[in-house]
Amino acid sequence: MNELLRVEQLGVVFHAARGRVYAVDGVDLAIAPGEVLGLVGESGSGKSVTLRAIARLLHEEAHITGRVLWQGRDLLTLPARALEQVRGAGIGTIFQEPMAALNPVLSIGLQIDESLRAHTGLDAAGRRARARELLDLVGIADAASRLRQYPHEFSGGMRQRAMIAIALAANPKLLLADEPTTALDVTIQDQILRLLLRLVSELSMAMLLVTHDLGVVASTCDRVAVMYAGRLCETGPTAQVLHAPRHAYTDALLRALPGEGAARARLQPIPGMPPRIDHPSPGCPFAPRCTHAEPRCDRERPAMQDVAPGRASACFAQDRLGVAA
Amino acid sequence: MSRGTWLVGRLLQIIPTLLLIGVVVFVLVHLLPGDIVTSMLGDHATKQAVANLRRSLGLDRTLAEQFVLFVRNALRGSFGDSLAHGIPVARLIAQRLPVTAMLTAMAVVIAVVLAVPLAFVAALRAERAPDIAIRVAFQVGLSSPIFYVGLVLLSVFAAWLRWFPVGGYGSGFLDHIYHLILPAFALALSLSAILMRNLRAAILGVIRAEYVDFARAKGIAARLVLFRHVLRNALIATVTLLGLSIGSLLGGAVVTETVFAVPGVGRLMVDSIFARDYPVIEALTLILAVVVSITFLATDILQMVLDPRIGR
Ligand SMILES: Nc1ncnc2c1ncn2[C@@H]1O[C@H](COP(=O)(O)OP(=O)(O)O)[C@@H](O)[C@H]1O
Ligand code: SF4
Ligand SMILES: [Mg+2]
Repeated sequence: MNELLRVEQLGVVFHAARGRVYAVDGVDLAIAPGEVLGLVGESGSGKSVTLRAIARLLHEEAHITGRVLWQGRDLLTLPARALEQVRGAGIGTIFQEPMAALNPVLSIGLQIDESLRAHTGLDAAGRRARARELLDLVGIADAASRLRQYPHEFSGGMRQRAMIAIALAANPKLLLADEPTTALDVTIQDQILRLLLRLVSELSMAMLLVTHDLGVVASTCDRVAVMYAGRLCETGPTAQVLHAPRHAYTDALLRALPGEGAARARLQPIPGMPPRIDHPSPGCPFAPRCTHAEPRCDRERPAMQDVAPGRASACFAQDRLGVAA
Repeated sequence: MSRGTWLVGRLLQIIPTLLLIGVVVFVLVHLLPGDIVTSMLGDHATKQAVANLRRSLGLDRTLAEQFVLFVRNALRGSFGDSLAHGIPVARLIAQRLPVTAMLTAMAVVIAVVLAVPLAFVAALRAERAPDIAIRVAFQVGLSSPIFYVGLVLLSVFAAWLRWFPVGGYGSGFLDHIYHLILPAFALALSLSAILMRNLRAAILGVIRAEYVDFARAKGIAARLVLFRHVLRNALIATVTLLGLSIGSLLGGAVVTETVFAVPGVGRLMVDSIFARDYPVIEALTLILAVVVSITFLATDILQMVLDPRIGR
């Protein structure tokens, strides 16, 4: 099958001082070249942890299980040096807060140059030229002087553009983007999203876009994966999932949106509290808040099942929902 | 505001600082117990001799006139003659100052060389055996008074093992270094403990910064991540601490020089206080205060070099 990245049964347990946190549990994902996959869910559902686990960026208290296959190799067991080559050159990463992600005491030029030095054979002049080209590419004018500046001299949107330029320096085939617009002004959010989409198609790059905004998913993603309490609820082509959900949680999410098809609406909280993930439920984690719940939802864990070509859902009500839609 | 403006502003700040130091030293000397003239001439001097000396010291003028005179003399580096040694104070201090400068410089080097790598190891192995061992060792260093550490070093390495001299300064550059190693160690110990603790905490604060994860995500070598992104950022705070510690290091030099019989200004200060050698005390206080405020200035400038956010 034509896959760039394949995540199999990914699990992340944090061994914290106060006990264990089951942040990610049994997540399967696949991304094809050039594809934009949205990973959506409420805050705390494990999206960022999933993304960081893929690039093995979590710290030592994270115990990771499963496999992350990149060109046939499991990134989770790859030796450090080989992993460094995949990071940056194969898989680029951008974070939510550009101000926090850029080193405050190094110039933007140096922070781009680091990637170029690590992954390209370019000489100093070649790297300078490439750095200017990258700033042009992400829409930062006056590149030559901007390269000498420091992050605090950039505006929020410009910082996010700079972070994208750094992540793209070595031409990765996949971009992991963790809520790349959440920290920005609303007016700038659209610009950055459009920029990312343009780059994805111009550079024939794939993207895993983490967001809690269904509107963003609707307007940008080819496929979507919905997460709840560290588990995957359903995956499938964006239009199909958003128009005819086959998981009761996705259904609730969509119903919680104000108005029909409100494209830019944020997720509204569903009645009830998100579950505690220090004691994972033996059944479906959404059961306490679910209007479709059956008795077995509390005891039995719904397995991920194919419900249509390219679509899968882990919900006992998947068929009822399909009919309702 | 540009960094140039900031720098000029910072440099200009030194003027009121120095003026204030001058006022404080001048006032202190006038508040010293006992009459300077009496202590210079002894109790049996004639009235005429006292009056002459008062006039030649300018003590018959108004306080304001005396202050102007004091500043003018200080700027010219003329502090009169030492009462105890009978030679110009400036010459006396010029002989002693390089000794203390070398002692403190060596102590700083030793403290940094000890603290930086160990802080790094301790932070990377936080809460595990190496970290705990390093912290306990430094805690002992931190809580031992300098004179005690000095005496222990003296009896073990000088008296017993005979690796180092028991005191003095020697002659010739290398011999000076050889003579100053033990005192510099004694002086460095608590500073290095303070630096180690501060840097360890700074590294632990930085090591989980988002920009460190972002640097890892770029696929640059782990060594670069550690040195360029973690250590460099953590060192900014520690450099400030080091600069601010120079004052207390000079205070420690007084004790160290006494224990190890090192002929520096610290020793000179102690001797002068016991001898009521006012001109020397006055000049030394002034010079040490100026040295400390210049170190603070240098610290600020170094910080500006290390941290581009300052002064913009
Ligand atoms: N280092 C950590 N130690 C313990 N718990 C963590 C750690 N990092 C994240 N978590 C927990 O994992 C869960 C998922 O977090 P995250 O992936 O950041 O959610 P989100 O979907 O909002 O991105 C949260 O409950 C969070 O508190
Ligand atoms: S499995 Fe049961 S509780 Fe979970 S979402 Fe589906 S219907 Fe609701
Ligand atoms: Mg997140």
